[in-house]
Amino acid sequence: MKILVPVKRVVDYNVKVRVKADGTGIETAGVKMSMNPFDEIGVEEAVRLKEKGAATEIVAVSMGVPQCAETIRTALAMGADRGILVETDAELQPLAVAKLLKAIAEKEQPKLIILGKQAIDDDMNATGQMLAALLGWPQGTFASKITIEGDGITVTREVDGGLETVALTLPAIITTDLRLNEPRYASLPNIMKARKKPIDNLKPADLGVDPKPRLTTVKVAEPPKRKAGVKVGSVAELVEKLKTEAKVI
Amino acid sequence: MTDTDILDSIDAFLARDVVPHVHRLEHDDIYPEAIVERMRELGLFGATIAASFGGLGLPCATYADIVERIARVWMSLSGIFNSHLIMSAIVQRNGTEAQKRAFLPRFASAELRGGLALTEPDCGTDLQAIRVTARRDGDAYVVNGTKTWISNGIHGSCFALLVKTDPNAEPRHRGMSMLLAEKGAGFTVSRKLEKLGYKGIDSAELVFDDYRVPVDRLIGGIEGRGLQHALSGLELGRINVAARGVGIAQAALDESLRYAQVRRTFGVPIAQHQAIQLKLADMATRTEAARLLVRRAAELYDRGDRCDMEAGMAKLFATEAALENATEAMRVHGGYGYSTEFPIERLYRDAPLLVIGEGTNELQRIIIARQLVARNPV
Ligand SMILES: Cc1cc2nc3c(=O)[nH]c(=O)nc-3n(C[C@H](O)[C@H](O)[C@H](O)COP(=O)(O)OP(=O)(O)OC[C@H]3O[C@@H](n4cnc5c(N)ncnc54)[C@H](O)[C@@H]3O)c2cc1C
Repeated sequence: MKILVPVKRVVDYNVKVRVKADGTGIETAGVKMSMNPFDEIGVEEAVRLKEKGAATEIVAVSMGVPQCAETIRTALAMGADRGILVETDAELQPLAVAKLLKAIAEKEQPKLIILGKQAIDDDMNATGQMLAALLGWPQGTFASKITIEGDGITVTREVDGGLETVALTLPAIITTDLRLNEPRYASLPNIMKARKKPIDNLKPADLGVDPKPRLTTVKVAEPPKRKAGVKVGSVAELVEKLKTEAKVI
Repeated sequence: MTDTDILDSIDAFLARDVVPHVHRLEHDDIYPEAIVERMRELGLFGATIAASFGGLGLPCATYADIVERIARVWMSLSGIFNSHLIMSAIVQRNGTEAQKRAFLPRFASAELRGGLALTEPDCGTDLQAIRVTARRDGDAYVVNGTKTWISNGIHGSCFALLVKTDPNAEPRHRGMSMLLAEKGAGFTVSRKLEKLGYKGIDSAELVFDDYRVPVDRLIGGIEGRGLQHALSGLELGRINVAARGVGIAQAALDESLRYAQVRRTFGVPIAQHQAIQLKLADMATRTEAARLLVRRAAELYDRGDRCDMEAGMAKLFATEAALENATEAMRVHGGYGYSTEFPIERLYRDAPLLVIGEGTNELQRIIIARQLVARNPV
């Protein structure tokens, strides 16, 4: 079984993000970039499936600027076998990414595609679902546990108010939630080996996809600063304040 | 390709497997067994060993960055693979082909771990005064004497052992040789040495009592080259101790910079008091200067150029920076700096080793001055 794992290059989760002065986006110059943490979980799950003998090949895909190759290398160091870089300077929105992934899936014929449930930069939470719709494949989103049995896959999903278990027929789409696994960090020998693994370089046109954005970003702004709280002396005072000041009860 | 991917993995290892445990392990002086196992899986014990012998063949510059990061979190961990890799470098540079093939792959995989056994109870700086002897007896050397302060002495199993094969030779170094000594009959650890800092890692006294080493373990196969071999490992050793210094200096700065912004006196964070600002600025400048000296020495090393003076300067400056920054961090932290619940006192206890080990800083100055004169004759 071949598994496709899309990996996105995002601002590292430890970085304190700053909005650009002109409100068009966030500062990325000189900022540390890393693999989207949910995608790391996806790579880890694929590698575990391969270690268990349930998968034979793992292909990591990234899209965007040339430096996305570094993100692919990280996946290769964790255990993916080869990479595909779709290189473009265009701003990539979920629908464009889903279309590009569909074209790659048609070429590569994976049985499973494991995406992050969302990317921590724009928190869209859309690519996996769009890809499932475009391919006409079943989807198990927000997965916290997956089990492969024959040509089916059982997915435990984290939904509002609890867990839901769905059974899907392969080929299928999975999106990862935080509790699916704890991704490994690559060992140095595996990092060195990953430098020799192949990465194919494509352009959106090679896949017959026009990645033009369909959404326009109007403005990016900092969230309002949180004001300092107050300490209350008693429950009675709290209730009083909730009634008269916060006016929530 | 740069080595940021390697450093990212080191950071992830430190954050996940080291940071949560340092405080307890350090204070109880416990050997970090589980962490050492992770370091083995990570490949650290083969970091600078050539790829053709099963190592990673990393450049010294990357290696120095790794050591800095690890020392920033817990200096003792760097000691567990540093002297092991110096022993490996000595074999890689000076060993016979058979020795390289027999030992380097086992060093790289950490199947055999160890370090460097030079110092004796009566001498450290003046290595030509060593008294451990190795007398040839058929196809073996018979070793007698005591080595002390040997890092990894208890948990390691193979050491680059500096001995006198001819105690009467003049000049004295002509009688010195180096053996690859694996633990066995006649080679015992007499005690674990207690110390101010550098906890967790074992420092031991080793006793040799008619300990027999096959002659094919004589590094390079020729007697009388022991001091040269020991010195050939020292450039890497000094860069490596210098990198630890940068790590300690940076850790002291990081803690101080954070604390100075949250600790308030007289209505403002102490970072707004000029007295504290002067400290922070000096600490940061020292750290950065130290790091650049280490990089410069590492670059020369990687090019294969002679770098004893540059490595000495890096060692001298970076380790003094560590000591000064640790002291300043304590002042910035006030009473909390003196508390064993905060990490500052550990930096304060660890830093002094750096100005003593791998050639005292007094000796570094002497080496630097001699080189200055030798390179600039009038
Ligand atoms: C925790 C720890 C770990 C160690 N690990 C190892 C190890 O793994 N392997 C190993 O072989 N050794 C190890 N050592 C030993 C260390 O390398 C020596 O302690 C160091 O080289 C200094 O030697 P010494 O202690 O004999 O001091 P001495 O040589 O006795 O020096 C005493 C003082 O005299 C000064 N001095 C000496 N000669 C001169 C001179 N010519 N001119 C001016 N000043 C001089 C020195 O700078 C120092 O201030 C370790 C030591 C410690 C504390």
